[in-house]
Amino acid sequence: MSVKRKEDTRVVVGMSGGVDSSVTAALLKEEGYDVIGIFMKNWDDTDEFGVCTATADYDDVIAVCNQLDIPYYAVNFEKEYWDRVFTYFLNEYKAGRTPNPDVMCNKEIKFKAFLDHALTLGADFLATGHYARTRRTADGKVQLLRGVDDNKDQTYFLNQLSQSQLEKVLFPLGELTKKEVRHIAKEKGLATAHKKDSTGICFIGERNFKEFLQSYLPAQPGKMVTPDGEIKGEHDGLMYYTIGQRQGLGIGGAGEPWFVVGKNVEKNELIVGQGFEHPDLYSEGLYASSVHWIAGEEIEQPLTCTAKFRYRQPDQQVTVYPAINGETKVIFEEPQRAITPGQSVVFYDGEVCLGGGTIERAVKGESVLQ
Amino acid sequence: MEKIYVDHAASTPIDERVITTMIEAMKNQYGNPSSIHSFGRDARKLLDEARQTLAQTIEAKPNEIVLTSGGTEANNLAIFGYARANKAKGNHIITSAIEHHAVLDACKQLEKEGFRVTYLPVNKDGYITKEQVEENMTDETILIAMMHANNETGVIQPANEIARLAKEKNIAFHTDAVQTYGVLPISVKEMQPTMMAVSSHKINGPKGIGFLYVKEGTKLIATFAGGEQEKKRRPGTENLPAIAGFATAAKVALEEREQRGSFYQHLTDSFVSALKEEEVPFQINGDANHRVPHIVNIYFPWTTVESFLVRLDFAGIAASSGSACTAGSLDPSHVLTAMFPEEGRAQSSVRFSVGKGNTKEEMEYIAREIKKMMKTI
Repeated sequence: MSVKRKEDTRVVVGMSGGVDSSVTAALLKEEGYDVIGIFMKNWDDTDEFGVCTATADYDDVIAVCNQLDIPYYAVNFEKEYWDRVFTYFLNEYKAGRTPNPDVMCNKEIKFKAFLDHALTLGADFLATGHYARTRRTADGKVQLLRGVDDNKDQTYFLNQLSQSQLEKVLFPLGELTKKEVRHIAKEKGLATAHKKDSTGICFIGERNFKEFLQSYLPAQPGKMVTPDGEIKGEHDGLMYYTIGQRQGLGIGGAGEPWFVVGKNVEKNELIVGQGFEHPDLYSEGLYASSVHWIAGEEIEQPLTCTAKFRYRQPDQQVTVYPAINGETKVIFEEPQRAITPGQSVVFYDGEVCLGGGTIERAVKGESVLQ
Repeated sequence: MEKIYVDHAASTPIDERVITTMIEAMKNQYGNPSSIHSFGRDARKLLDEARQTLAQTIEAKPNEIVLTSGGTEANNLAIFGYARANKAKGNHIITSAIEHHAVLDACKQLEKEGFRVTYLPVNKDGYITKEQVEENMTDETILIAMMHANNETGVIQPANEIARLAKEKNIAFHTDAVQTYGVLPISVKEMQPTMMAVSSHKINGPKGIGFLYVKEGTKLIATFAGGEQEKKRRPGTENLPAIAGFATAAKVALEEREQRGSFYQHLTDSFVSALKEEEVPFQINGDANHRVPHIVNIYFPWTTVESFLVRLDFAGIAASSGSACTAGSLDPSHVLTAMFPEEGRAQSSVRFSVGKGNTKEEMEYIAREIKKMMKTI
């Protein structure tokens, strides 16, 4: 591979109009790369007054690109997003699970459709404002490393990336903390320096989650029962509840507060139990599907490493077993609370993100040994 | 890198003579044309002269020219103004699926107000027929809105025939002539439309100015409320420097129309020949024999327009496709989608529109760049 000079190296920056991608573009430009800003439009929420949040975000992209004196464009992936991310999102909720659209968006849109678009434009690299790092090993593999800011590390959402994707990716913010990024933005006077971080799922934004979901999936109210089958009331629809969640049950009474401990999709029942530490919330292992190893090779022996079952959770010690019929067994050293089907399980070796998969079901007791 | 501008259907560079007129107007006629003093009279004189010039370009009377902020406002005023003023006569409007959004969106708004609108589909050649219009006319039909030439494909519509039909049936006819004014010969005496929308910045004039021709005696309800300007049909202090500039641009365009037309035809023909020469696979969208000389819309199989346009821009070539939609991304062209509903052709087509400054060499250069691009898809 011939080494290009920086000014001949074209980097497409995926710009969202937020502070992170703005600083990403600024840093790369400062380093001397041939930087191009591209805004992805994945969702249309234009209301009856013609207001669309993407328009305001794109205006911020334009403002920053003009400050940096780089060309900017937009690309529309609404159809791809709908087909590959939103459809998955709805199907998972229909199945009573809790999907992770950010993982799917990274896998299918940002680092697939968008990366392809960038490469078609002659880009050498695609850069994004993710808090993560990459490192090339002696044998030529690319490793995905956690961002140095523990609190912001986003490798959890990047666990499905492959070697061919990582080879083409730059994450300049991986070496920085969020505080430093804000500081750089202010120092450079970037138009987005004081912009609030976006929260929640991108296509829902600040809207009411329940109302949003209701407009796409019919709510099917049903019974709320204890693990022993005692009816405790009604639920509004299984999709509105997440395992381990306390709020929203609407049952008071004496004793400890109530928590969602399970879902019976066939009977459309929400299973509830009393106490944060309710035993049904705990499991000793899980089965995952579509487990992907970033290095590109399946494991052949049981692997001891750490894992996260949700974003920002401290790492937990686990043993991962080689996949059988597409299912990967993961056994925990300590019982884990509220393992949630549909969410990602992501594996780490120190600072290296090894890969991950989708949680199918939690297992406990006897079945762990099978 | 030399840049090449082939997006004249979007906007054009301002002619030097127009700039001179505008600077003179800004320096000397800064009074308000409605004022009673000498400054006002000076400004009014310039305004009247400009209106006279503009009227002459289409063989209209000066009082039939309503100056607007451009093509969109002129189209809006025609559709809203006529429909709202004449709803006692009927509530049906006929238009086409390939109109500019300034017409389509105005019609959609009227539907919310209780009007019924027929959007005629278009054939693969890109035009509407008189027969289609005839078949869809009812006793309730009060207005037919049909563009003179399409802004994306350049295909010329049978506006003259439809105008005649409308006149026979005593139905008002509006035509959006934004892409043909200054390019094709236009006489309202000949075509006999009820209304016609025109814009300045497509003919090397300034942005923010245009006019609506309104046949004498036609009732309109203004979209704005305010002063007495434009006989109350468009209140607001007149944008005099732009109006004066527009008049100069229109006068120049009229004088140079024939030679410009054959030059534009020569450029677009050269471009098409160069593409053939380079053995680039392509097809022209719409009837190639019935288009305005400056616009050619080309389908490049296997390409994706969003990356194609960016790569052209990298090569310094400014072209376009469809209409920019929210947040800078491209909507598939509603015009090409209407022409080719079954195919993904809109996603692989680019509009090239030439102007005064272009050269044959530039056309050949663009063809060569496209050839290079097609190799790496």
